Amino acid sequence: MADNTASGRAFVRGEMLPQQTAPTSTKGVGHWLKTNLFATPFDTVLTLLAVLFLAWYLPPMLRWLFIDAVWTGEGRAACATVAQGGVMPDGWSGACWAFVNAKFEQFIYGRYPIEERWRVNLTAILMIVLLVPLLIPTVGRKGLNAVLLFAVFPIVAYFLLVGGTFGLSFVETPLWGGLLVTLVLSFFGIAVSLPLGILLALGRRSSMPVIKMICIIFIEMVRGVPLVTVLFMASVMLPLFLPEGVTFDKLLRALIGVALFASAYMAEVIRGGLQAMPKGQYEGADALGLNYGQKMQLIILPQTLKLVIPGIVNTFIGLFKDTSLVYIIGMFDLLGVVRQNFSDAAWATPVTASTGLIFAGFVFWIFCFGMSRYSIFMERRLDRSHR
Amino acid sequence: MKTKLIAGLLGTAAALAFAGAASAATLDDVKAKGFVQCGANTGLAGFGAPDDAGNWKGFDIDFCRALAAAIFDDPNAVKFSPLSAKERFTALQSGEVDVLARNSTWTISRDTSLGLDFRAVNYYDGQGFMVRKDLGVSSALQLSGASVCVQTGTTTELNLADYFKANNLQYNPVVFEKQEDVNAAYDAGRCDVYTTDQSGLYSVRLTLKDPDNHVVLPEIISKEPLGPVVRHGDNQWGDIVAWVHYAMLTAEEFGITQANVEEMKNSDNPEIKRILGMEADTKLGTDLGLTNDWVARIVKHVGNYGEVFERNIGQGSDLKIARGLNALWNKGGLQYAPPIR
Repeated sequence: MADNTASGRAFVRGEMLPQQTAPTSTKGVGHWLKTNLFATPFDTVLTLLAVLFLAWYLPPMLRWLFIDAVWTGEGRAACATVAQGGVMPDGWSGACWAFVNAKFEQFIYGRYPIEERWRVNLTAILMIVLLVPLLIPTVGRKGLNAVLLFAVFPIVAYFLLVGGTFGLSFVETPLWGGLLVTLVLSFFGIAVSLPLGILLALGRRSSMPVIKMICIIFIEMVRGVPLVTVLFMASVMLPLFLPEGVTFDKLLRALIGVALFASAYMAEVIRGGLQAMPKGQYEGADALGLNYGQKMQLIILPQTLKLVIPGIVNTFIGLFKDTSLVYIIGMFDLLGVVRQNFSDAAWATPVTASTGLIFAGFVFWIFCFGMSRYSIFMERRLDRSHR
Repeated sequence: MKTKLIAGLLGTAAALAFAGAASAATLDDVKAKGFVQCGANTGLAGFGAPDDAGNWKGFDIDFCRALAAAIFDDPNAVKFSPLSAKERFTALQSGEVDVLARNSTWTISRDTSLGLDFRAVNYYDGQGFMVRKDLGVSSALQLSGASVCVQTGTTTELNLADYFKANNLQYNPVVFEKQEDVNAAYDAGRCDVYTTDQSGLYSVRLTLKDPDNHVVLPEIISKEPLGPVVRHGDNQWGDIVAWVHYAMLTAEEFGITQANVEEMKNSDNPEIKRILGMEADTKLGTDLGLTNDWVARIVKHVGNYGEVFERNIGQGSDLKIARGLNALWNKGGLQYAPPIR
C-alpha cells in the first residue's frame, strides 16, 4: 500500500492534527442531562414528573427515617408521643431505631446463648475468609478453596454451632434465630441445590428411562407443591406418624425442605441452559472421543452454567427470601425474630412495626443486591463470545 | 369452610393416632430429662414475648416457670417451644411438649375430640370491640353496617359472625393474617371497629397513634377461658398442672408473696403452715408427686398469682390490664381455688 502521508503531494496533509477538546455541547453535565433526561419532549415530561415525585416523597421519607428518628432509648416511652404514653411531642412520627438497637443482637443471633455467641461469630469469620477468595477471580487455588468451603466448612460449622463435643456446650436449634438461621438455611440451600440441580437436570435429559423418570417425578412433585405446604406438613403431620417422643429437629426439617425445593427449581434453570447448547457442541465432544463425564465436564456444563448465571442467581435470591417461610414451623429467621419482637409490650408503639420491617427489608436487600451485582460482574467476565 | 375441613381431618387423624396412647407418666419423663418442655406462644404481648435480651417473659411463661419451680425448685428448668396456633395441639399430642401454656381457649370440642385436657383457667378473657370515639357509638348493637378489622383464622372471626347474625346486624369484615397488619389498618382508618380478645385490645392500644380517641365498648361477645392444656390420660400430670395454678391463687388469697414466703413458713396460722408444707407429717405435696414445700417453691421463685398478673400484664407492665374477672373470688372475680388440705 502507498504511503500517503509521505507522498509529497500538495493536497495530502503532511502531519497529524493535534487532538482537540470535544465541542462543549457533547460533554459535561449539560450534555449528559440533555441526552439522558431531556432528549425528547416525552423524556422531559417524564423527568419532570419523576423530579416532582421525588421532591414530594423523598424529604418526608428522609425526615422520618433519620431526622425525626429516635436513636437511643430504653423502652416504648422513647418512641411514643405524650398522648401515646411516651415523651415525644404530639404529632411526632419518626423511625424508632432505638428498638432495632435494643433488639439488634437478637435479630442477629436469635436466642443463641449470649456467652456462646463467639461461636457464631467465629463461624461467620471462617465463612467470609473462605468465601471472599473464592469470589475474587484473581486469587488462585480455586479447587482447594471450594473443597474447604463446601465440604470442610459445613462440618466445622456444624460442630461449632451445635456443639456438644470438643468441650463446647450443646446449643439446641430452637434457640437459633435471626440472621443466623437465614444464613444457615440459605448457605445450605445454595450449597446443596446447585450440585443436586445439575444432577437432576442431567438426569432429566438422560437416555436411561429409570433415572429420567425419577428425576422428572422428583422435579414435578416438588415444583407442584408450595414450600409453605411442605413445611407445614413437616411440622404438623410428620410428628403424628412418628412414634411418640421421637421428634425431628425443626431446623433439619427446614434445611431439607428448602434444599430439595431449590434443587428442583435449579434443575429446570440448568436444563434450560442445556437445551440452549447447540447440537454441534455435543457432537463435537463426541467426535473428539470424550466419554459422557468428560463431555459434560469439559464442554457442555462450563458453557451451560455461564449461560444460565442470571437464572441461577435468581433462584439463589428467591431461596434467600423464601427462608422467611420457616416461621410456619415456629422457627424464627431474621424477619420472624423482628416480627416476634413486635409483641414485646415494652416496645409497642405505632412506629415500631414499620421501623422493624424497614430494618429487615434493608438487610435482605443488602444480601440480595450483593448477589445480584456479583452475578452481573461474573456475566461480564465470562462473556467472551456473545458481544 | 376449607380450613374447617382440614382442621377436622387433622383433629380426626390426631384423635385416631392418640386414642389410648399418651398414658406414659409425663412426670417421670420430665424428671428424667430434667426440664419441662413448655409450648409457648410465638409472641403475644404480656403473655409470652421475648425481652431485649431474648429471654421469654410473660404471664403464660411464668406459669411454666412455676411448674418447673414446683418440680425442680428451679424456675429455669424449662424449655419453651414457640408454637403457632395451627401446630400447638399437634405438638402436645405428639409429645413434643409436656404442657401447653399458650392462651388456648377451653372448648368442649378441644377437650374431647382432640385427646386433650384443659385442667384450669388461669385467665378469663372475652372478645370485645374497640371503636373510634368520633364514631359516637356507645354499644355494639349500634354497629350495623360497620367495617370490622379482624385477624383471620381465629375463633374471633367466628364469634364476630355469630354475634352479628344473632343480632341481625350487617357488617363488612376486613380480614388480615398478621396482627400488626390489623393494627395498622385500624389505625389508618380502613375500618371502624377492631375486634379481638379484650387482653389483646390493651396491647393494640399501645400501637395506636392517638389512643385517647378510641374506646372499648362494654359488650363482651364470647367467653374465652384460657388455661394450660395437657394430654388426655395422664391424670397425675394433669393434677400437677392444675394445682400449680391453684397454689398460686391460694398464695395470693393468704397474702403469701415472693418477699414474705420465708417468714410465712413460721406463721402460726395453721392454714398457711399447711399450704407451705410446714405441717407435721404432711403428705399433700408427696401425694401429688412433688415435695411438700412445692407451694413455697412456686411462690419463692415466681410469685403468687397476683404478683405474676401485675408484673406481666397488670399495673406493673405497659399493658395495665385491670384484674376484672381475674380477681380472686372474694374480691369480685372468678379465680377460685379449691382448698389445699
